[in-house]
Amino acid sequence: MKWLSDEKLNHLRTVVSEPDFSATKYTFVKELGRGGMGVVCLAEDRELDRLVAIKVLNTPDITEDLRNRMIREAQIIARLEHPGIVPVHDVGTLPDGRIFYAMKYVRGNRLDEYAAQNVSLRDRLRKFQSVCDAVAFAHAHGVIHRDLKPQNIMIGSFGEVLVLDWGVAKLVDREDRTYSSDGIYSHSGDTVEGTVIGTQNYMSPEQARGEIDQLDERADIYSLGAVLSFLLKDQPKVSKAAQAITSKAMATAKENRYTSASDLSADIARLLDAEPVSAYRENAIERTSRWVGKNRFLVLLVLAYLLMRIFLIFTSRR
Amino acid sequence: MSKPLIGVILGAVLGAIDGLTAWFTPAVRDQLFGIVFGSTIKGIIAGVAIGFFAKKFHSLPIGILFGVIVGAILAWLVAFMQGGYYFQIILPGTLVGLIVGFATQKYGTPAEATSQ
Repeated sequence: MKWLSDEKLNHLRTVVSEPDFSATKYTFVKELGRGGMGVVCLAEDRELDRLVAIKVLNTPDITEDLRNRMIREAQIIARLEHPGIVPVHDVGTLPDGRIFYAMKYVRGNRLDEYAAQNVSLRDRLRKFQSVCDAVAFAHAHGVIHRDLKPQNIMIGSFGEVLVLDWGVAKLVDREDRTYSSDGIYSHSGDTVEGTVIGTQNYMSPEQARGEIDQLDERADIYSLGAVLSFLLKDQPKVSKAAQAITSKAMATAKENRYTSASDLSADIARLLDAEPVSAYRENAIERTSRWVGKNRFLVLLVLAYLLMRIFLIFTSRR
Repeated sequence: MSKPLIGVILGAVLGAIDGLTAWFTPAVRDQLFGIVFGSTIKGIIAGVAIGFFAKKFHSLPIGILFGVIVGAILAWLVAFMQGGYYFQIILPGTLVGLIVGFATQKYGTPAEATSQ
């Protein structure tokens, strides 16, 4: 009897765990990541000759409920056609019956990796504003992400910002019924009350308490505040206005948070333009200092003019 | 606020300040009112011209250059009519033109795009 080496055994294990794309137009390239419910692989689309990211269910027991959930997750993302949201290209079934969906393969860095690259505060805020805009778009289409964190935000090679992993997103439709695409469901397809979904440091207090029925857009706004707080961490010159925006977004009571991601985005835009923000009431000194900072060149010109005037007065007296 | 209006306000204020500094020159102090009036009018004319230019052309360097030229020409005319004080009049007048040129390019509502 011949024994297999560990190396060969590991290779066999990997091959067996690889999704079988043989009946599809995709060729497996490598595994990109693994979550509680699915595995994300890099694959080549042979027809269009491009790389795509494919999410496949990794659960061995494929029930009808799981299949529907996966399809609905793809549908949730597909309805969000926005430059800041990773697009879904295709949905299909593997020979073993597992559902998969193909998405754009985003090349670049995750927001946490991007932030580690000594990026200026201004650039951080610009990227954050793009995240807010993408989330605002999702909210306008009745979708709540519920797991916003730097690891789920990608900065592409050309600076584009993409919000990923809508796997635990919640869809609030017009009749005010809710649907979640996460792993824990009631028979109706809704997440069971008391279930905690999200990531510890980025989830709102109501989310951490498992109050699923209480979750609305403001849960995402809390997470956005936590992302902003992460981006501002260790930055040398964080203004009181920026801190106030973070505090307002991360208010414990959701009634005290921004009412929409667009409002948060607008405050970030005002901060970037050195305009007064809604989250912070500045005093006269701060207002003057902000105005001088914003109009530095004009102030310098007027000062140069006054200096020149003083110079002329003194020279004409001689 | 429109760009020409910014030009008029800034030109008038800086022109008036420009004229008021004549108080420090005892030889012309008795003509202060006329100097302030003339200087303010000069500032308004410069402001209108620079403001309308900024409304039409959106370029910071060209706007500043236009402001400097208008400021210098108007100041030279005033100095020519005064028959002296060229340096004391042209230098501040040029700088006022520069400031108004910068401000009108940087601030104020740009001209609305028209469709046919």
